[in-house]
Amino acid sequence: MKIQKNIDRRSFLKSSALAGGGMMLSFSWFSEAKAAEKVEALNLADQWSELAAYIKITPDNVVKILVPNPEFGQNVMTSLPMMVAEELDVDWKDVVVEMGTHDNVKYGPQFTGGSNSVRMYWKPLRNAGAAARQMLIEAAAQTWGVSATEITTKAGVLSHSSGKTAKYGEMAAKAATLTVPKEVRLKAPKDFSIVRNSKKNTEGLKVVTGKPLFGMDYRVDGMLIAMIQHPPAFGMKLKSFDATAAKKMPGIKDVFSFKLYDDGFEQAGFDTRTFNEMIAIVGNSTWEVMNARKKINAQWEAAGDLKETMMGRGGKTEKIVPGRLETTSLQFELMAEYAKKPAQQLRKDGDPEAAFKNAAQIIERTYNAPFLAHNTMEPMNFFAHVEADKALVAGPIQAPGWMEPTLIKLLNLPADKIEIQMTRMGGGFGRRAYAQYAYEAARISQKMKAPIHLIYTREDDMTYGIYRPMYTATYRAALDVNKNLIGFHVIGGGIPENPVHANRFPAGAVDNYLAEGWEIPSNITIGAFRAPRSNFNAAAEQSFLDEVAEAMGKDPIQMRLDLLKRAKENPVGKNNDYDASRYIGVLELLKEKSGWGKPENAGKKRGVAAYFCHASYAGHVVDMVMRDGQPYVESVTSAVDCGVVVNPDAARNMVQGAVVDGIGQSFYGALTHKDGVPEQNNFHNYRMIRHNEAPKKIDVHFVENDIDPTGLGEPPFPPVFGAVANALFKTTGKRYYNQPFMSEQSKS
Amino acid sequence: MAKYSLKINGKTQQVDVDPSTPILWVLRDHLNMPGTKFGCGMAMCGACTVHLDGNAVRSCSLPVSAVGKSAITTIEGLSANGTHPVQKAWLEHDVAQCGYCQSGQIMSASALLKSNPNPTDEEIDAYMSGNICRCGTYLRIKEAIKAAAKK
Repeated sequence: MKIQKNIDRRSFLKSSALAGGGMMLSFSWFSEAKAAEKVEALNLADQWSELAAYIKITPDNVVKILVPNPEFGQNVMTSLPMMVAEELDVDWKDVVVEMGTHDNVKYGPQFTGGSNSVRMYWKPLRNAGAAARQMLIEAAAQTWGVSATEITTKAGVLSHSSGKTAKYGEMAAKAATLTVPKEVRLKAPKDFSIVRNSKKNTEGLKVVTGKPLFGMDYRVDGMLIAMIQHPPAFGMKLKSFDATAAKKMPGIKDVFSFKLYDDGFEQAGFDTRTFNEMIAIVGNSTWEVMNARKKINAQWEAAGDLKETMMGRGGKTEKIVPGRLETTSLQFELMAEYAKKPAQQLRKDGDPEAAFKNAAQIIERTYNAPFLAHNTMEPMNFFAHVEADKALVAGPIQAPGWMEPTLIKLLNLPADKIEIQMTRMGGGFGRRAYAQYAYEAARISQKMKAPIHLIYTREDDMTYGIYRPMYTATYRAALDVNKNLIGFHVIGGGIPENPVHANRFPAGAVDNYLAEGWEIPSNITIGAFRAPRSNFNAAAEQSFLDEVAEAMGKDPIQMRLDLLKRAKENPVGKNNDYDASRYIGVLELLKEKSGWGKPENAGKKRGVAAYFCHASYAGHVVDMVMRDGQPYVESVTSAVDCGVVVNPDAARNMVQGAVVDGIGQSFYGALTHKDGVPEQNNFHNYRMIRHNEAPKKIDVHFVENDIDPTGLGEPPFPPVFGAVANALFKTTGKRYYNQPFMSEQSKS
Repeated sequence: MAKYSLKINGKTQQVDVDPSTPILWVLRDHLNMPGTKFGCGMAMCGACTVHLDGNAVRSCSLPVSAVGKSAITTIEGLSANGTHPVQKAWLEHDVAQCGYCQSGQIMSASALLKSNPNPTDEEIDAYMSGNICRCGTYLRIKEAIKAAAKK
């Protein structure tokens, strides 16, 4: 991250043009077909030759690769440059990596989330690298007066059969004057020399030496610190406040209330707002602002039902947000009532009613889960400097592109007067796709006419969240007299969204299938959380399948394989959204690597689960023991099919992290409410998994194939929940239906 | 407000702050040393860990008035350029994911190894359990600590 004062990136490009020398070719990654048409020539500062917008090569052969997507621990600052470097054919040690700037027009969404970064850049970034390499070859061909086909490259060196050689840096300035090729040839996976070879985190040294990388570390001269006092309960609003005492506290500049959105504001999908009117407190330093905030005397009142105007793909809609002050136990009761009501049919195959009527045995189980708080280690924060004619905002954000249209509306400034800088994020897990905290920072800066850094305390972060929804699902399985699975029914719902993925396994594997869903609106704000619906479903469905396998008298892996074989060879229905072959591949690898069913593992208390989400497949075998009277996951074997693994060691790290996260969330995670007030507000009452609770060993195995990468951030996480639930049954003899599992343990 | 003379990373630094100000905010806001991180403000997560006379302490809950003549070491002062054995082990094991908690983890780990140069797994768990890693890098942290212990 660069700590800099307002430098308008567009004026930066303009002033470079005046500086003279060199050229830049820029094109959009997202409209590859148009790449050659969009070539524009610009002069550029003389020390760098920009061959493509995100690749720069210096005369002394340093290759700088800018990363388009924000980093939140998924390792894109390393894996995305590896993809460019592979096709560019440079020595990895010559590569310098930097976070790119934000530009919706040139670079598209620059979105981190949905396990999408590597997946969506796999072709565009390799194309860019290959195009640049081809231009360097052409430059050498013209310089040497030889045919381009006679020139080869290796690790940043161009060679001709005559013995002529040149480093890329020597040809970069000339290459930059050439036309971007219309077609490029990409390497076959067998020829990869950087991709599939583990590379260390390019920001590792900065992390271990405490360099300012994160949003919290952003500062400029004259910057003020801001905090927010939000209503104490969901469903409440500001009535009045007296800030006389707070304003007298040392270092305090101002205390005022502000509205996030004006009345009638049309919210886009990620413009989630928890509260619309809040009190801002602004001062010189964090501690002074924290202390003065305690002196604000505010009165709050019930907000009542609120109307929100949403702008979605289908146009403008109005939504009523109910004013009810929620209490978790009552919410679970309400969900149980809804589960009995007629619901929306999501998918139906065959005749499920008849299957259940004719069944020799019906198994029915209900699963519940509470809200979860993201609890990123870096609390929400954002820098903003809004001036009359321009604005700079900077901080940890997963979706910078979605912020821009909203900031245009909030600040009444054109896009080219709003600069968005992306910092490294201290975790995200979906939370930072919702830029509410950045908009708040912009509002406060607008009022103060000064650069401000809005900081949430841990309490703000946890009690003012955009949580993983509450969910419930009831599963029913019909077995015939021969213990064959003849019918399957899932009905699920939640506050405020339905979790059911109607077209996922075991849809497609059972002749008679019914999926239904329902929703209960609420004023508690919810959002993405490392595959929110999937992490609930994988817990519920995968522990249900375990019970069904038991009733069928089958091994749980074999039972899944049998169903998947059916789905592969003779699928039921049309819209099955998973690839049964890849699912089978993961289960077979898991079976082999875990030694499933082997005599030497007979004494182990093992649970298994596998799940498909986003576009990848993952499964785990969890080995559990009792330790000091508590269940403890001692070791885990994981198998994943995410296509080509770009950076294997970092990918293993992420899978290990997903396993630890999954154990922690399923054991302890819960954000509950009483009369709208969150009952947890910091790590003393929101339990997080800690060192001593992590497994001793997590072995990660990837299915080896040449499928284009299909994503890794989320897929290994959901099946952990199911595998843990199934291991708990083996360990304790008791089935766990309600998350978090350890709270159920403590009740029984 | 009161004036304090603090020994930080071998240098003496003057600050004029409220006596209740935690060292975390003295470092971050007043001395422009952002390596020490804010995580919870109540000594529950360990992100703000620094050394006070060589012992790991949570700087978010340590008021400046309580420091006296004790020497503070932060992540910026652990080594000049990432060459402390613990930092090197962290790089070798590619521990970090988001990285936000890691300066606190490293400060705890280096204090542990100073007092116990060859800790068992259980001793590592006991010492390190005050440091939360939301990304779940605990296994690599343990491997890195054991590797650093051998150096």
